[in-house]
Amino acid sequence: MITTTNLKKAYRSRGRDIVALDGVDLHVREGEVFGVVGRSGAGKSTLIRCVNLLERPTSGTVTVAGQDLTALHRRGLRAARGRIGMVFQHFNLLSARTVQQNVELPLEILGLRGAQRSRRAGELLELVGLADRAGAYPAQLSGGQKQRVGIARALAGKPRVLLSDEATSALDPQTTRSILHLLRDLNRQLGLTILLITHEMDVIKTVCDSAALMRDGRIVESGTVAELLATPGSELAGALFPIGQVPSGAGRTVIDLTFHGDSTAQPVISHLARSYNVDVSILGAAIETIGGLQVGRMRIALPGAFEDNVVPIGYLREQGLRVDVAEPERARSSVTASAGDPAPAGTPGGPR
Amino acid sequence: MTWDEMRPLLEQACSETLTMVGLSSLVTAVVGLPLGVVLSLTDRGGLLPCVVVNKTLGALVNLTRSLPFIILLIALIPFTRWAVGTSIGVDAAVVPLSVGAVPFFARLVETSVREVDHGLVEAVQSMGGGVWAVVRKVLLPESLPSLVSGLTTTVIALIGYSAMAGAVAAGGLGDLAVRYGYQRFENGLMIATVLLLVVLVTGVQVVGDLLARALDHRGGRAGHGPFRIRPRMPRHPSR
Repeated sequence: MITTTNLKKAYRSRGRDIVALDGVDLHVREGEVFGVVGRSGAGKSTLIRCVNLLERPTSGTVTVAGQDLTALHRRGLRAARGRIGMVFQHFNLLSARTVQQNVELPLEILGLRGAQRSRRAGELLELVGLADRAGAYPAQLSGGQKQRVGIARALAGKPRVLLSDEATSALDPQTTRSILHLLRDLNRQLGLTILLITHEMDVIKTVCDSAALMRDGRIVESGTVAELLATPGSELAGALFPIGQVPSGAGRTVIDLTFHGDSTAQPVISHLARSYNVDVSILGAAIETIGGLQVGRMRIALPGAFEDNVVPIGYLREQGLRVDVAEPERARSSVTASAGDPAPAGTPGGPR
Repeated sequence: MTWDEMRPLLEQACSETLTMVGLSSLVTAVVGLPLGVVLSLTDRGGLLPCVVVNKTLGALVNLTRSLPFIILLIALIPFTRWAVGTSIGVDAAVVPLSVGAVPFFARLVETSVREVDHGLVEAVQSMGGGVWAVVRKVLLPESLPSLVSGLTTTVIALIGYSAMAGAVAAGGLGDLAVRYGYQRFENGLMIATVLLLVVLVTGVQVVGDLLARALDHRGGRAGHGPFRIRPRMPRHPSR
């Protein structure tokens, strides 16, 4: 639905070249919620603004719904933008207009007649649960309500794609959750493809089907949440699911296990202990629902060095678990949430 | 001088001042508004950056603004004669008054428009709006309270300028004060003129402030403006 190929963007600021995007290839499938996460300055904001060409990339192409936007001229681009909704961190509602009039704005630009506009705006406000505030001015609304208006406005032109530029970053955690659920509902009800950028791992965890990690203008990792969790050493998976740092001590082998899909329900650990007669210590564990998927993660320690535990580890792999062995001597540590990662904001580290 | 002698003089001067200021304010608003918008659009970082247009208009505006009004009044006489067919009287004064006030107002418009949050501009662009839509749906409505304040300041400046219109025989309150109050030592008339000017300026300021406030929906002062309906109470009965 959204594809960028080798997208580059360089600025010139005070005589220095700044590379904001350094060859970004992004692929968002139709009907999915795709999250791009990264620290501020990683280029994610530039990326989303390049998708509807609010910023023109230096090179590379952007294709949305089969249309190459970078090849379009003014008029064509304006028409194409009308089919892409966008919500903003600071809502960007017009203060001089009421809620209803704000939602009607894109319809005015599309050239709809008054009666059609007000009917459509009414439907949209109903959809986001703000029908009773139609006559209020934005200044009279709470942050969450403002963002609901922003979402209603973004959907006015019946777009198939919604871009969300840190839509929940200015909101408190509870409001963030309700806005994210609204986005999830819209994604399911309307089949809306959503590309969102955020610096909060929780956002990815709550709504995204797929995610990408950006650093220094590049996409470092990308895939569906299930794929990421199944990738050994995935930074995103680690950050999505931190269980804290426990060093592998002498005489024991520390293993991180990731359960997803069917394996979540299996009594793997007790089976392991019984079949191989090993004493398993559980150092940390968590089970969560990520993108509608039940995922469990556990850090266990087995007595003895890695060599002594090859058989039990093989058994765990056979059960369809992702197994990362932390072994300092061979520096094959499975990194979960190293210091360079985007801060997993709001995600309590350590065992739960 | 008795009140009966003063009254017709004051009435006539008043009507001359109001006509001059009213007409030139109208011209100023009609010409200055687009000029200010063009100045802000063509500026670096604007929606239609164009150095040539911006610098040319900017230089013209600065040139006009640097001339003292009394000089402008005289210097423009040929232009005035060409534009309205005469170089004396109320009609003739409207031309230099407008020429003097347009650049002043245009700069105020430019500043007001530039202060509109760029995020709003981007929002309209992201909906597929072009430059015209941005100007009409965002820049002008969002800066309206500030534009009204700017126009108020401009009208008051025009009232001040109009005191010099006597130089082209356009009359007005200022001219009356100079001819009778100053040159003939008619202190009563001088005081009456000054009072009238104070009332006029205060009136314009008060009306302008009220209007600007009534048009401002940005909150902070919600519910306190004279033309405002109190916002509904939050719907949480617990609070």
